[in-house]
Amino acid sequence: MELSRTLGRRALVLLGIILVVAWANGDLKLIGIPGWGSYTVRIINLCAINAVLAMSMNLVNGFTGQFSLGHAGFMALGAYVTALLTISPATKEMLFFMVPLWKPLQNLTLPFAPVLVLSGLVTGLFSLVVGVPALRLRGDYLGIATLGFAEIIRLVLQNVRRLTNGALGLKGVPPVVNLWWTLGAAALTYFALRNLLASSYGRAFKSIRENETAAQAMGIDLFKHKLLSFFISSFLAGVGGGLLASLLTTIDPVMFKFPLTFQVLLIVVLGGMGSLSGSVLAAAIVTYLMEFLRIVEEPHYLSFMTIRGIPGLRMVIFSLALVMVVIFYPRGLMGDNEITLAGTGALLKKLLPKRRVAA
Amino acid sequence: MPISMFLQHLANAISLGSLYSLVAIGYTMVYGILRLINFAHGDLLMLAAYVVYYGQGIFHLPWLISIVVSILITTGLGIVVERSAYRPLRDSPRTTILISAIGVSFLIENLGLVLFGGRPQPFPLPRFLDTGSATQIGSIAIENITFAIPVVTLLLLYALLYIINKTKTGMAMRAVARDFDTARLMGIDVNWIVAATFALGSALAAVGGIMWSMKFPQINPLMGMMPGMKCFIAAVFGGIGNVSGAVVGGFILGVAEIMIVAFLPAISGYRDAFAFIILIGTLLLRPTGLIGEKVGEKV
Repeated sequence: MELSRTLGRRALVLLGIILVVAWANGDLKLIGIPGWGSYTVRIINLCAINAVLAMSMNLVNGFTGQFSLGHAGFMALGAYVTALLTISPATKEMLFFMVPLWKPLQNLTLPFAPVLVLSGLVTGLFSLVVGVPALRLRGDYLGIATLGFAEIIRLVLQNVRRLTNGALGLKGVPPVVNLWWTLGAAALTYFALRNLLASSYGRAFKSIRENETAAQAMGIDLFKHKLLSFFISSFLAGVGGGLLASLLTTIDPVMFKFPLTFQVLLIVVLGGMGSLSGSVLAAAIVTYLMEFLRIVEEPHYLSFMTIRGIPGLRMVIFSLALVMVVIFYPRGLMGDNEITLAGTGALLKKLLPKRRVAA
Repeated sequence: MPISMFLQHLANAISLGSLYSLVAIGYTMVYGILRLINFAHGDLLMLAAYVVYYGQGIFHLPWLISIVVSILITTGLGIVVERSAYRPLRDSPRTTILISAIGVSFLIENLGLVLFGGRPQPFPLPRFLDTGSATQIGSIAIENITFAIPVVTLLLLYALLYIINKTKTGMAMRAVARDFDTARLMGIDVNWIVAATFALGSALAAVGGIMWSMKFPQINPLMGMMPGMKCFIAAVFGGIGNVSGAVVGGFILGVAEIMIVAFLPAISGYRDAFAFIILIGTLLLRPTGLIGEKVGEKV
């Protein structure tokens, strides 16, 4: 009785979410209901992709306690795999006018869903190549080594022109992604990681974060678990990169420099190292602010005066915010707590004025 | 390759190596004392260059004075960064300070973009270093700055070693680097010593930045990023925490980089990757670097 009621309630919530997404995505146009504006939808797409990226970085940096700075490199791999496997042969021929594309890839195009999984897998595979040597290092050395690997990946992408078109980048990636893809990926990532972290593997990750020596003494294979965490994180980074490639439709190697990693790191730190829902929350806030703060960079023409915009001010604000958060509020928004339905209910009960129940 | 060409490359390699050494010293000193990769160190290079640029362009300062002003301002900023972004976190986990350092680095770079604009600017050269002022030796022409850089580096290195080895402050620095807490118990004003370390490192970075801009006279707000990273790698390669290690590491890295591009032009696109490969190789094969001493793992 109790169970069926909860199930029924959950089904209702799910149906509601599906309806809202369908409306926002513009799928209800057929029956005469307009969707949300394309600008808003684009921001939500970015929010969701950033959430995937932040959660994946949080798995290694927050939950396993291994400070990795290689996210941009892994995203680049995912983005390039997605781009190369979805761009149409005609467009490829046009793009690779300097050096022809490697033959087998020329006519190969696959549907988006398997490509996305493949992007993740290829990236994950590369992460093993990086992780096997790098994960022997600790702390800041690991950070600088992964940063180095990311830069090497980027330079290879820039120089292997037969595969990547070099510095010119790839244009015309089919804009397949919509709210279903991005929100779906974010939701899948969230639930998959939540379950992973509740499993014995997840507890092993956290014990490695808390105290490596103690974890080892308890019989946890440090290297295996670090590598697993690194693999899953990179898989998701690759998927995130693929989604980003399809959303932006144009990618080039310069996009994937260290500032991209910085942006994800900012979200992770702001949301709280060790909180999935914190990462999601911070991804939404940072992405929204990134767009909202465009007003400080653009000129404004009032009737009697012109206010000059200051290009670059957004990143000043964000880097200042990062330093401030680290110094004054190192736990971020959520620390290592999670937002749960029960917790929200309790909070609401506390905040709302008490109703006297008629006896 | 004709011998004259080789000598030309060698001269460039030596001056690049000297520049790397100069900046690597700052990284190694800070790491030795605080166990912190001071990400913002590379950006001080950029700042020093811009102070000279504006000092001459707007305030019409004479050459020597603009350099002195630039060194003073950069030194001050180095101290301010330590005071505001690192000292409050001294007891936090090391990765927390590292995140703060990354944040400060981005802050300086983006402030640079806002204040100075993103367009590269031509760096003003004094007359005796002008592009036409090359010295002719046999069939090769070497710019004067290429000679000046190693000489200045050697002089500064000598001064630095004197400070570290012969003065009381230097002795205190070595004590703090060896054991932070014991040094404090022995009555050393640790905060002052850390500030002094940052001051010395930043001053060297300023000189490095000014000479860098004389050698490559185009400055932009992101110019410190790559050299900064490479100089840190040089410090690790030589053995982090060790001043002579940083010098040797910077020198080898600079020479190797130029020579690889000179002898293997086919892979010159990977020039920047080379430093990272050295870094990863060093960390895996000999994490203490060329002349570093073994640091035991504390449980």
